[in-house]
Amino acid sequence: MTTTTPNQGAPLMNASTQSHSFDLATAKVRDLNAALHALKEGSNASLWRVSNPRGLHALAAGLDAPVTVEIDGPVGYYCAGMNKQATVIVRGNAGVGLGENMMSGRIEVEGDASQAAGATAHGGLLVIRGEAGARCGISMKGVDIVVGGSVGHMSAFMAQAGTLTVLGDAGEALGDSIYEARLYVRGSVKSLGADCVEKEMRDEHKAQVFEKLKAAGLEGQVDPSEFKRYGSARTLYHFHVDNASAY
Amino acid sequence: MCGIVGLFLKDKALEPQLGELLSGMLGTMCGRGPDSAGFAVYGAGESGEVKLTLRAAEGYDFAGLAEKLGEGAEVLQRATHAVLTVPSADEAGIRAKIAALAPEVTVVGAGSRMELYKEVGMPTDVAVRFDLAKMAGTHGIAHTRMATESAVTTNGAHPFSTGLDQCLVHNGSLSNFRTVRRNLERAGVTIQTENDSEVAAGYLTWRMKEGRSLGEALEDSLDDLDGFYTFVVGTESGFGVLRDPIACKPAVMAETDQYVAFGSEYRALAGLPGIENAKIFEPEPAKVYFWDRAAA
Repeated sequence: MTTTTPNQGAPLMNASTQSHSFDLATAKVRDLNAALHALKEGSNASLWRVSNPRGLHALAAGLDAPVTVEIDGPVGYYCAGMNKQATVIVRGNAGVGLGENMMSGRIEVEGDASQAAGATAHGGLLVIRGEAGARCGISMKGVDIVVGGSVGHMSAFMAQAGTLTVLGDAGEALGDSIYEARLYVRGSVKSLGADCVEKEMRDEHKAQVFEKLKAAGLEGQVDPSEFKRYGSARTLYHFHVDNASAY
Repeated sequence: MCGIVGLFLKDKALEPQLGELLSGMLGTMCGRGPDSAGFAVYGAGESGEVKLTLRAAEGYDFAGLAEKLGEGAEVLQRATHAVLTVPSADEAGIRAKIAALAPEVTVVGAGSRMELYKEVGMPTDVAVRFDLAKMAGTHGIAHTRMATESAVTTNGAHPFSTGLDQCLVHNGSLSNFRTVRRNLERAGVTIQTENDSEVAAGYLTWRMKEGRSLGEALEDSLDDLDGFYTFVVGTESGFGVLRDPIACKPAVMAETDQYVAFGSEYRALAGLPGIENAKIFEPEPAKVYFWDRAAA
């Protein structure tokens, strides 16, 4: 690990921040995560550059400090899982369970994300510039997810709160058994899941799409009025014997 | 859990390195399947000859067996396995002789170019025992097993042979395999172990005996096999991939001008040459993929 002060190359940081680099060709994931976990609020060690991730699992998982971690290459499973406060940027693809159960902060992936990205996530912003696999946002509980490409089948399954904004298409059974999350899809939807319906796209919804696109740095690139809104028909909230086959 | 890796070379210059690359890929998947491992490599072969991969107990005298089998049988031993090369015309006769003279020997695979090795143990150790890193070839598939549906035995390890130059590896678990096995047995297909994946292999063999191509047989399996699966099948000319309709088990692929590679996780692909510029994608559920040397 090398330490340089002040940091030269990161536009997000001011001159007083420290930059660290961590090469996973020689260092261990456990050491990287331990160093990141040791950071406290107010720490000035706020930019971490990680090289040679080679698809390794659990990189930058469990962070709870306002730091920025830039990972230069593809990551494996559960990258930035349980994230709080931190900004994690992946310059490559991400494996299964990206940002699973994130609470706050920002996760950005320049490539594609595999299955179950943002699963059960409570808050923060998850941006996937490429495609997302199946079950994106499964059981999401308040996170905002923006996907530049398409999402796979069973996305937003049992979604409870938050937004999923998809610039491309959605696969089969979008929003199956959805509660209160808002799903915005610009392209086609292969099929809707049980109790998920298309809803009117009013001005407040267009404003919300704009706000999410802006947060993801995509404002002006696509027109919010091109999106359709999907959400819960609220017929499966309470058990009713006539719905037994739909549960 | 289980791990699968596969490598199909487009660039002939890489063929001497096939085993080395494949064993590197296999090693990264140890954590997904530390029970046992196996691989099939498609190497050299002469027309008019068949390579039978045999397996027997540690220390078995395969050279002695070859002598008993008579002229024309050539043997190359690697640990508990040996590859016996015989004229194609004699294959049935040689198989009958092996069954009669050496019932303790199992024929694990056969083909003009396929050699198939599998054993209980850490995948990296298994690869070393069989000297995988030194093998050359056009393509190969390999498997690391974490047993779920049946015991940790060599017979339960993958790949399973499904016919001449054909084999299958499986990640997942089939839920209706007992029913399928009963149906296969009625149709005359013998299943040797309690293993669910062997049933999948037997199913494909049966469909192909019924006149279906391998691709069609894989399509049929979408209707008839219930459960979780990612299958990778090896053939003389390439390999195929099929994931179940909900894509329960992971799969990632990389394609460059030099190769097509399959891994249960990206980690398995990370050491391949030129991977940073490869096209990386996840195969879609319920879609049969094939990479074929004839078409490449």
